[in-house]
Amino acid sequence: MNAQDPIVSAPLYAKRTGVFPRKIDGPFRRFKWLVMAVCLAVYWGTPWIRWDRGPHAPGQAVLVDLAHRRFYMFAIEIWPQEFYFVAGMLIMAGIGLFLVTSAVGRAWCGYACPQTVWTDLYQHVDRLIDGDRNAQLRLNAAPWTPAKFARRMFKWGVYLGIAFVTGGAWIFYFADAPTLQREFWTGTAAPVAYACTGILTFTTFWLGGFMREQVCIYMCPWPRIQTAMLDENSLTVTYKHWRGEPRGSLKEAKGAASPLGDCIDCKQCVAVCPTGIDIREGPQIGCITCALCVDACDKAMASVGRARGLIDYCTLVDAEREIKGEAARPVVKVLLRPRLIGYFAVWGGIGLALLFMLGARERLTLSVARERNPEFVQLSGGAVRNAFTLALRNMEDRPRTLRIAAEGLPGAALYTDEMAPGAARARVDVAVPADSTAKVRLYAVVPAASARPQDFALTATPLDGEGRTPRRETHFAAPGSEHEEEEHD
Amino acid sequence: MTHDTKHAHKVIDHATGTAKVGHEWDGIEELDTPLPRWWLWTFYATIVFALVYVVLYPAIPMLHSASTGTLGWTSRGVLAGDLAHEKAEHQAVRNAIAATPIEALAANPALQRAAIEGGHAAFKVNCVQCHGAGAAGGKGYPNLNDDDWLWGGDLATIQQTLVNGIRYPGNDATRSSLMPSFGRDRILTAAQVQDVVSHVRVLSKQDPANAASRRGAQLFADNCAVCHGAGGEGNRSLGAPKLSDKIWLYGGDRASLTNTVTNAHAGVMPAWTGRLDPVTIKMLAVYVHSLGGGEVAPAPAAPAAGAAQ
Repeated sequence: MNAQDPIVSAPLYAKRTGVFPRKIDGPFRRFKWLVMAVCLAVYWGTPWIRWDRGPHAPGQAVLVDLAHRRFYMFAIEIWPQEFYFVAGMLIMAGIGLFLVTSAVGRAWCGYACPQTVWTDLYQHVDRLIDGDRNAQLRLNAAPWTPAKFARRMFKWGVYLGIAFVTGGAWIFYFADAPTLQREFWTGTAAPVAYACTGILTFTTFWLGGFMREQVCIYMCPWPRIQTAMLDENSLTVTYKHWRGEPRGSLKEAKGAASPLGDCIDCKQCVAVCPTGIDIREGPQIGCITCALCVDACDKAMASVGRARGLIDYCTLVDAEREIKGEAARPVVKVLLRPRLIGYFAVWGGIGLALLFMLGARERLTLSVARERNPEFVQLSGGAVRNAFTLALRNMEDRPRTLRIAAEGLPGAALYTDEMAPGAARARVDVAVPADSTAKVRLYAVVPAASARPQDFALTATPLDGEGRTPRRETHFAAPGSEHEEEEHD
Repeated sequence: MTHDTKHAHKVIDHATGTAKVGHEWDGIEELDTPLPRWWLWTFYATIVFALVYVVLYPAIPMLHSASTGTLGWTSRGVLAGDLAHEKAEHQAVRNAIAATPIEALAANPALQRAAIEGGHAAFKVNCVQCHGAGAAGGKGYPNLNDDDWLWGGDLATIQQTLVNGIRYPGNDATRSSLMPSFGRDRILTAAQVQDVVSHVRVLSKQDPANAASRRGAQLFADNCAVCHGAGGEGNRSLGAPKLSDKIWLYGGDRASLTNTVTNAHAGVMPAWTGRLDPVTIKMLAVYVHSLGGGEVAPAPAAPAAGAAQ
């Protein structure tokens, strides 16, 4: 235990200190506005973009059709068995966050995270209704008069309205948006749509309107994970204490024995901070690197005629160089480090692989499941019959007819459970409707003379002659095949 | 809130300004960052939730059961509700199947598919005990996949067999026939039985003709042909098996055939009417017919056949 540590009474629980950030203008604030506008517009507008896929598929550009197990994204249609594309995109998103974090620090937290975007939006609502920081502080401290109550109710009503309009919009990704909107207002939408809207409205209202920075500091695991990913070359918002300290107001500077630093202790950096921290205490978990304090400090420095950048984006390496009086490294040099190039290579590699697979994937597939109970059926005339369950997936938006044939099974006659056995023939045609799977139980009869265990393949040739013919290797079981069977499968 | 004396005074870490827990391991000390107050309220809220839950739902274990809860919720009740819901969901399809003649189902692929699926489900519950999960049967229990039918393999005939059963006591319309126990009842001597068996082995092309089989041919014509036909082609109206094919219900080897001719067999299948509703029986018939050996009704209804493709 350190002897200089003072002993004081410490509470087990900390009451939340309200954060009332002051309005600020500057390049970073404008960039933040832009990111917010783009994020909200993309989120809000995407479900309303139409995309013509013909008569057999929905006309919404981005649609997660859970009921029919389809995922539509503009020209791409993903079936459940192709879900690895979605998994790949999620992995890309994860590695993309690694890449962004090691390059520019907590840029996700500062600009693009939904919690940040909505908190920013709600803090702007606070300023519009209650006035700027000082007015908000006064109102917060004021007793609960009817006027304050009315004002609070009005503000929370606005919170709720925003939460409903933005959070509730999530449901439009899961059904045809115009139809769902009509159903929603006429009370005919599915109960899950109302439940989803209710839950998301409440979480938006509560997390954006009241929890705010508490989410970032106490609830979100991502700041902790990022703490482990940041290194000495990552950009963080840095108070350049070697330039600012010892701090003091202009008045104090006049009376000081030795010259003070550039920091005039105006506390504007604290006043504008959306998480209520003092960046001059150094890097900390509460800093989401939104750089609003950079804007505030630059403004203050300009007003006293000092150079900008007392608080600025800076890496730890460059901070040490600046302390030693050297110039900061050029941005290119900071970005072109092995770690970043590695992340980028992995990220880009997965992206290219996904694109390649997207181009090469089959839109017509055949799966074959052999009937194993019984493995074969002895027919009265001596012939032997096997049964197969075929799944024919036609992922295009047009109906197709496929001709099923047995390759390498001499004398085989085929029929389905929808045909009479007497109609068996060498090839059977199966119509598969557009954008769907046809399940067919197929019987293959081999005459007594050639009925022996053997491998063969089933093919499904599209009668329109377009595209490849799916082919599946399988096995024909016959009497005496039990032993070979075990080795085989 | 808690003011126990042990924690009343804490040492503050110089660098961070945060209280320390007071533990130290090789110079490393643990900070005691205070929890946010709302976290405590959330904790209290979970306690309140738990209390409400315990009152509303079954929660407290007793000797033989648990407390019932004021809402009366049970997992069995949920199951009953789910089953009732499923039944209601299926009712429209079941009504449609009930209203459609069994031969006409093939003209409506969706309905036929539903009937096959429904029949499969009912088969798994009611039929697998004898006929096996894959309907392949076993000794004494016919294989329903093949093309050999004792009583006929078209839809209406299968349905008829299901409704009334085979040799089922108490059902007047049950399919009935009885093969005499030729050996046991001394209709034939043991040597004659062997001769008949030899002839049957020849009929089914398992053995070449010999003196015994030629003796047996006359015995067969006198005793067996009336039901099994002169050439052993069988007779479906009597459920007399075809003896000239590759399929044997009780085995086609000499020992099995000797046993069959000596003691005879009379397999029984229950009549399912009264046990299962008519729609389920109809679906079972469609399912069994779809297993690969289904036949087309022999009479004038022929044009409907094969038109499915």
